[in-house]
Amino acid sequence: MLNLSRSDWLLLAGFSAVVLCLPVILEPIGAAYPALMQKFCIFGIFAIGFNILFGLTGYLSFGHAAFLGIGSYAAVWSFKLFTMNAIPAIIMAVFFAAAFALIVGYVCLRRSGIYFSILTLAFAQMSYNLVYSVLTPLTNGETGLQLTLNDPRIVDALFYEPAAGLPRVDLFGLFISGGGYAGFYLCAAMLIICFIIALLIFRSPFGMMLRAIKSNQNRMRYTGFNTRPYLLAAFVISGMYAGLAGGLMAATDPLVGAERMQWTASGEVVLMTILGGVGTLVGPVLGAAVIKYFENIFSSFGDATLHDVFGFLPDAVEQPVVSFLVLFVGDGWNLTLGVVFMLIVIFLPGGIMEGLRRIWNLFGRRPGDGKKVLAAHPRPAE
Amino acid sequence: MDAILLQVLNGLDKGVAYALIVLGLTLVFGTLGVVNFAHGALFMLGAFCAVTFNKLLNLESVVIDPTQTTAWGAPLEVRTPYVEAWLGDFGTFLNDYSVPASIVLAIPVMLFIGIVMERGLIRHFYKRPHADQILVTFGLAIVIQEVIKHFFGANPIPQGAPAAFGGTVYVGEILGMGQTLAYPWWRIVYLFFSLTVIGAVFAFLQFTTYGMVVRAGMHDRQTVGFLGINIERRFTVVFGIAAVVAGIAGVMYTPILPPDYHMGMEFLVLSFVVVVVGGMGSLGGAVAAGFLLGILQSFASMNEIKAIIPGIDHIIIYLVAVVILLTLPRGLMGRKGVMED
Repeated sequence: MLNLSRSDWLLLAGFSAVVLCLPVILEPIGAAYPALMQKFCIFGIFAIGFNILFGLTGYLSFGHAAFLGIGSYAAVWSFKLFTMNAIPAIIMAVFFAAAFALIVGYVCLRRSGIYFSILTLAFAQMSYNLVYSVLTPLTNGETGLQLTLNDPRIVDALFYEPAAGLPRVDLFGLFISGGGYAGFYLCAAMLIICFIIALLIFRSPFGMMLRAIKSNQNRMRYTGFNTRPYLLAAFVISGMYAGLAGGLMAATDPLVGAERMQWTASGEVVLMTILGGVGTLVGPVLGAAVIKYFENIFSSFGDATLHDVFGFLPDAVEQPVVSFLVLFVGDGWNLTLGVVFMLIVIFLPGGIMEGLRRIWNLFGRRPGDGKKVLAAHPRPAE
Repeated sequence: MDAILLQVLNGLDKGVAYALIVLGLTLVFGTLGVVNFAHGALFMLGAFCAVTFNKLLNLESVVIDPTQTTAWGAPLEVRTPYVEAWLGDFGTFLNDYSVPASIVLAIPVMLFIGIVMERGLIRHFYKRPHADQILVTFGLAIVIQEVIKHFFGANPIPQGAPAAFGGTVYVGEILGMGQTLAYPWWRIVYLFFSLTVIGAVFAFLQFTTYGMVVRAGMHDRQTVGFLGINIERRFTVVFGIAAVVAGIAGVMYTPILPPDYHMGMEFLVLSFVVVVVGGMGSLGGAVAAGFLLGILQSFASMNEIKAIIPGIDHIIIYLVAVVILLTLPRGLMGRKGVMED
């Protein structure tokens, strides 16, 4: 059915196995609790979707957080109005994000380069500002939208009496919200589905077309292709991924605030994608996981931990070392992120995936093969 | 009528502030061809020069005076800032005028930061795609703001305007219209300050030989290089000037908005919108766009307008940007051939 080569099947199988076994794999590094692994999966989905736009077509959008936010709001409204089941919420999230992406994409894709970035940024800021101000009846403004006891929940009310207290998001009896394993496995399953779709897009003629647009859009136009529909399709697909991520976020924690749509949140997904490796399949997921993992670890560090770690040094050395390193941990986690990000952009534009490939070439290959790998990634002719 | 005049004044004030903030951004783009996402961080660094200067001025000597006691019976601590002890009245005056005086500190500091930034980082990105430039300067902006957060904390640090320029002033009196148009004094000062700086930058580019060479370099860098002029070095200086302009804009802005570490990011989005509307690399365009957006924004925040289109005041700037970008490919006054997709 799926027209994939053997190595792709292997990649897919390996990826699925790793994702499904995350609780076991992450045990030694202390990250094997569902709430964190959910985040890996959700941001992985977000980054995969962003990569379909940025990695394949080279269009750098600074407004993807808007789609994430819309997905979240749509999902929470589905919980409030219809049912606590996760499936309709996710469908609504994806649908509304796609509709919004269609409008935004139709307008923004008239321009390219920096102008496209600014246009998407403008749309994202507009929706962020509106969510905060005029749309308050829909979004509950600064407080954030959350479930209440007197929500109608029409579908649920038909079938059973509401229990006391706030209901939890469920999936046919499994509780999704509240940080259980069911929530993680829902996200993991979604991540694998998203990965398969991304894999198919990367290997399809459509994906080829998008890459051609990245390498030389004018030449594509001269050969008689109308590039706009392809770009729009890519934009909408990546918007749907963001919407799905937003929906899952709401499903695992049914509370959404406007800060989710701020442009710095769009910046975060850019960081993830670049860190992992732009235009690679696994890279964005890896980048998302690395950032979320270290965010979690570094933020919890403090002075005391550092003093423990460097306790073996003489005091005269320890003091300056610790006072320097304390810049980078705890509240300073963003500083680490910024520094690492700059280093990656400067020295390793292909991200972690390129680093791994270089190491692989260094050890695993005969000298002659290394060239072949390089030749497979020609620089686009400008 | 008054309401409209007030909005015009407000718009001019906002607009000139936008224009001043983005001047350096568009200058850098026009000369170096670099999209600098760290420009907001430079603005913020300028504001923190004012904070630092104020802190330096307020270093105090503490003397315990046994002859006087506090209400609790403990000996009174007499605190005198060193400047006042050393310089007497002039010290007090300096303390009052710490915000404008910190320009003296901001200029060398920002020039240094700008030149180091250009030589150390930006230079390596001339040949890389714009996306890479955006990303690396975005990373730099994060780094700068986090360092500032570490040293100055996360809370806004209010800075007072000099006492003579605090409070409000009736602009109507100056124009001979009686006691109308009450407006914050310092914003009027900022308006004229911005006009002066913008005028100075224009004059520098237009009337000096140095500026002429820079303009020639903006136009055709290669030919200027063939004439034996080291255009790279001049562009480095231009980057330094851009940093200084952003910095002193930040210094003078501190009484209006108490500086905190993420003020740069907030202004960044706005500045890019202004630059793109004006046309990338066009100085005149940036100023025109600044005024246009400032005036439109202050009119959109009038209650009469808000009653017709709710929420317009929050989105007007972005809306205008979208419309202009879609109808005028180069922005208001962009040069032909610069960044036309």
